[in-house]
Amino acid sequence: MNRADPKETCCHNDVMTPSLQAVAGLLADARSLSEVAREEASSFRSNYGHDIPLKHLSDRVAMYVHAYTLYSAVRPFGCSFILGSYDKDDGPQLYMVDPSGISHGYWGCSIGKAKQAAKTEIEKLQMKEMTCREVVKEVAKIIYIVHDEVKDKAFELELSWVGEVTNGRHELVPKDVREEAEKYAKDSLEEEDDSDEDNM
Amino acid sequence: MLEETGPEWLSEEVKTGTTIIAIEFNGGVVLGSDSRVSAGSSVVNRVMNKLSPLHDKIYCALSGSAADAQTIAEMVNYQLDVHSLEIDEDPQVRSAATLVRNISYKYKEELSAHLIVAGWDRKDKGQVFATLNGLLTRQPFAVGGSGSSYVYGFVDAEYRKGMNKEECQQFVVNTLSLAMNRDGSSGGVAYIVSIDEHGTEEKVILGNDLPTFFDQ
Repeated sequence: MNRADPKETCCHNDVMTPSLQAVAGLLADARSLSEVAREEASSFRSNYGHDIPLKHLSDRVAMYVHAYTLYSAVRPFGCSFILGSYDKDDGPQLYMVDPSGISHGYWGCSIGKAKQAAKTEIEKLQMKEMTCREVVKEVAKIIYIVHDEVKDKAFELELSWVGEVTNGRHELVPKDVREEAEKYAKDSLEEEDDSDEDNM
Repeated sequence: MLEETGPEWLSEEVKTGTTIIAIEFNGGVVLGSDSRVSAGSSVVNRVMNKLSPLHDKIYCALSGSAADAQTIAEMVNYQLDVHSLEIDEDPQVRSAATLVRNISYKYKEELSAHLIVAGWDRKDKGQVFATLNGLLTRQPFAVGGSGSSYVYGFVDAEYRKGMNKEECQQFVVNTLSLAMNRDGSSGGVAYIVSIDEHGTEEKVILGNDLPTFFDQ
């Protein structure tokens, strides 16, 4: 299973709204697309004097990805792209771009090998009523749930967030929160195992 | 025999000598300008509106070379139209000001125009930006043009924070009137544009309706 691999899309520049970016698929394609997103954000900032609205950035990246589906000389990008940001006026935003060049806004989305399984789990959550800290735990739990012990190799969970809790900056989740989330995730899995045994 | 070079004003650069002012109030901005366009000592247009729309709720005030200023305003108007379609919402005043600044700075050696950009957007409400010589700075109010030199003292002394729209309009009219009285390159009528959340309002104040001061 491909793990979430967060990076900042924009350079470490205080004036740009840092947005969070997670990718799944061919990492080389993902890195190239990251650079495209950075350049778009940077040139927007240069031309218009303020940070690029996430929807617009997502549209631009999606158009770029879509272009690679038009010509036989190039192959489409082999990766999906999640973009997230937090702004005090527009609130939290989440967008996803897939290899076909479609871009949508989401409350919750998943990409990668186990995205269907993760999607089912996400649909059980009521994100609108949850805080960032609560969602971090749920996210960790979902990653653990969809990890197939038999088929998949060992994985390392990486968590990062952007929101009011970080004042709009994209940061790795602090150690204590991460450990709490991992503990919650592992405990939930054990509970499910226990409940399976009861049925025997 | 002396060669006919024609009247001087045909060979002089056309300048909007000008007094322009923009001021932010709680909930919007008021822009004001005079209406004189001069070529040397000749007035070639006495009723020009120097307040040019860049978007529904963003205007700019022109000064310096008439051609340069108008061209910049038209270019930015076009760029903002496209930009607002791309982002699918009304553009920010800062975007308009940045676009003006980018042109003014890039062509700083060739152009001779100073635009004051002011407007209202949802995010930061009323804003006034000065873009003189390619800088970009947000200010509570800004004055520009040749007539502005005569009224710096007046605006510095009389400006107060927290004025409402009517007080701002009166302040602008008073400033323009004083400048137009003293500056040879400013005169004619006063154009006032008020922009707030509810919309944009354009007004003209004719010569004899302008406020008079001690020497009139």
